[in-house]
Amino acid sequence: MSKKLLSAALGAAILGVGAHAASAATLDDVKAKGFVQCGVSQGIPGFSNPDDAGNWSGLDVDYCRGIAAAIFGDANAAKFTPLSSKDRFPALQSGEVDVLTRNTTWTISRDTSLGFNFRTVNYYDGQGFMVKKSLGVKSALELSGAAVCVQTGTTTELNVADYFKANGMEYKPVVFEKEADATGAYDAGRCDVYTTDQSGLYAIRLNLKNPDENMVLPEVISKEPLGPAVRQGDDQWFDLVTWVHYAMVNAEELGITSENVDDMKANGGPEIKRMLGAEEGSKIGADLGVSEDWAYNIIKLVGNYGEVFARNVGPDTPIKIERGINALWTKGGLQYGPPIR
Amino acid sequence: MGKKSMADHALGSVKPSSSGKVSLIYDPRARGIFYQVLTVFLVALFVFMVTQNTIHNLQKANIASGFGFLEGRAGFDIGQSLIEYSSDSTYADALLVGLLNTVQVAIAGVITASIIGFIIGLGRLSQNWLIAKICQVYVEIFRNIPPLLVIFFWYKGVLSILPNAKDSLELPFGMYLNNRGFAFPKIIPESGFGIAVAAFIIGIVASVIVSRWARQRQMQTGQQFPIGWTRLGLILGLPILVFVVLGAPVSFEYPELGRFNLRGGSNIGPEFISLYLALSFYTASFIAEIVRGGIKAVPKGQTEAANALGFRAGLTNRLVIIPQALRIIIPPLTSQYLNLTKNSSLAVAVGFSDVVAVGGTMLNQTGQAVEIVAIWLVIYLSISVSTALFMNWFNAKMALVER
Repeated sequence: MSKKLLSAALGAAILGVGAHAASAATLDDVKAKGFVQCGVSQGIPGFSNPDDAGNWSGLDVDYCRGIAAAIFGDANAAKFTPLSSKDRFPALQSGEVDVLTRNTTWTISRDTSLGFNFRTVNYYDGQGFMVKKSLGVKSALELSGAAVCVQTGTTTELNVADYFKANGMEYKPVVFEKEADATGAYDAGRCDVYTTDQSGLYAIRLNLKNPDENMVLPEVISKEPLGPAVRQGDDQWFDLVTWVHYAMVNAEELGITSENVDDMKANGGPEIKRMLGAEEGSKIGADLGVSEDWAYNIIKLVGNYGEVFARNVGPDTPIKIERGINALWTKGGLQYGPPIR
Repeated sequence: MGKKSMADHALGSVKPSSSGKVSLIYDPRARGIFYQVLTVFLVALFVFMVTQNTIHNLQKANIASGFGFLEGRAGFDIGQSLIEYSSDSTYADALLVGLLNTVQVAIAGVITASIIGFIIGLGRLSQNWLIAKICQVYVEIFRNIPPLLVIFFWYKGVLSILPNAKDSLELPFGMYLNNRGFAFPKIIPESGFGIAVAAFIIGIVASVIVSRWARQRQMQTGQQFPIGWTRLGLILGLPILVFVVLGAPVSFEYPELGRFNLRGGSNIGPEFISLYLALSFYTASFIAEIVRGGIKAVPKGQTEAANALGFRAGLTNRLVIIPQALRIIIPPLTSQYLNLTKNSSLAVAVGFSDVVAVGGTMLNQTGQAVEIVAIWLVIYLSISVSTALFMNWFNAKMALVER
């Protein structure tokens, strides 16, 4: 009896470990389960943040919804896994999430040794510092001797070490695993300075006890190109995730919005028709592994890049971020979509 | 033949078959060996498959593996460090800093928890109703709250509501308390300080020798020696005397208010303090119960016998009750020490750089999840095994020597 149990248990264990977690064809897996599983932050207003009812919203969340719209024609076929900055990479490596749309900085080591692929940047950011106005600090170069709250496992943690070292200043890092703990400690006066990407600073400032008593210093000490990451070795999935962003950027450039997309599909020029899947005999969608109206669905259900930006972080939202370097290339920014043809 | 053997089984009187007539299948020894070999084989197979599967998946995901990354530049800073460390140090150094922080909080916690635990445990047995009840309330409160909440209680409830650096609470001897921690003057030894330290060590050695001599003399002649006072004089009095004679060869660096913080002096951050206090108070509640149980377990007849021999109450406790109680107390105490060490990994919650927090940062910078988790396992296993070995040695020393 016990022998049977033992062999059954061992057999199950062996079978269990024999199954590989991450499958090569992510798109097939996603289609089979019927939704995209996206890794997002644990709550950064404007980028990925749940409301009281648990509905997620934000720039990164809309990217994920765009992927869902392209595959299923349903922007709600997306599920979100909140991940700390420490847990995000193992979660993607192990296949727990299909794609990481979580304000993640594209760096060479993440692209190579961690085994991920980056290509698009849905938000160009840079690291900054927030301090209490009462300290009377006007520049980050005055911060020698300060205690700095920072979230662990981020490029932020490395940049701040480099910046203080390069400028011959001392500081005392106080490192937390969760964003909320780090900002809470800053708010309680444990640290003089809070540092993260500037977009994050503006969003976090809103959640402090007295937002007006805190200010963001002018220095931007790093380049933080934030974009989605996928596992290496699955080019089909990588292409799809990439082109969702480019479709949104191209749509803004061509003037296609979620409101006029039906009209554009019927009456637009050849470039617009080709992108929206109204061109006869086109197989752009099929080559991507989705239906021909993939771009139409993204624009119709989620919006173009400009709309998504304005809705989540733009000047009319509480976060009030200008387009700046995130404007289209035609308007002096860096957002540039390669041609869809 | 088979039936007979089965009957033997049923009667529980199995003998190793030496006659050679019993078939190998029914030979209990052969069966035992067979099962052991099978189990070893299956375990080895399991480990092999897990390893193969891990290697396969890592290669498939294009993740570099191996421990070579430990030589790389860490690039991040650590707030609390017992050794010299900067962002230019290697990952291995960073891990060592984390390990030392873990060991530091574990040792400090074990000592404090034992002291509080013994006091509370004895207090619960007190004849004084008030003291007994206060100790009981302490035990019930701290034993029933998860350790993480106790840490948060100290961190957010007590330490973070202290004033900021500019309005620090001033304590005597140039010490300050604020929401950045506890600042106190740094002792800077000058020439001659080493002699005082040497006197301290000589004092310890001498007191050990005197104790041995006193015990032997008492065994042989029955004469007692005031060993307590002698020890105190040797360990504390001698170095203090030397220190004063040499003209107090130390200077102090006092903490002073800088632009952001108190500068100079020594500082213990609120992260360490909250973790240390929480672990001590939490574990002390368990130790108190172990101590109470240990003392209660010594039969009343032992006290009565000691009284009958004319021992005073203090001597009864010290020579009769406590040595017997310790035999019962030490084994469960070991478990509590191990628990305290393992609970110190909750440091992550308040931003104390223990080995888990530092390892987590490394894991994220390098992506070497398998290697770092393996390092964590080895580190905690080594700390636990060392603690257990020490406590086993101590237990063996205290155990009843049966003749």
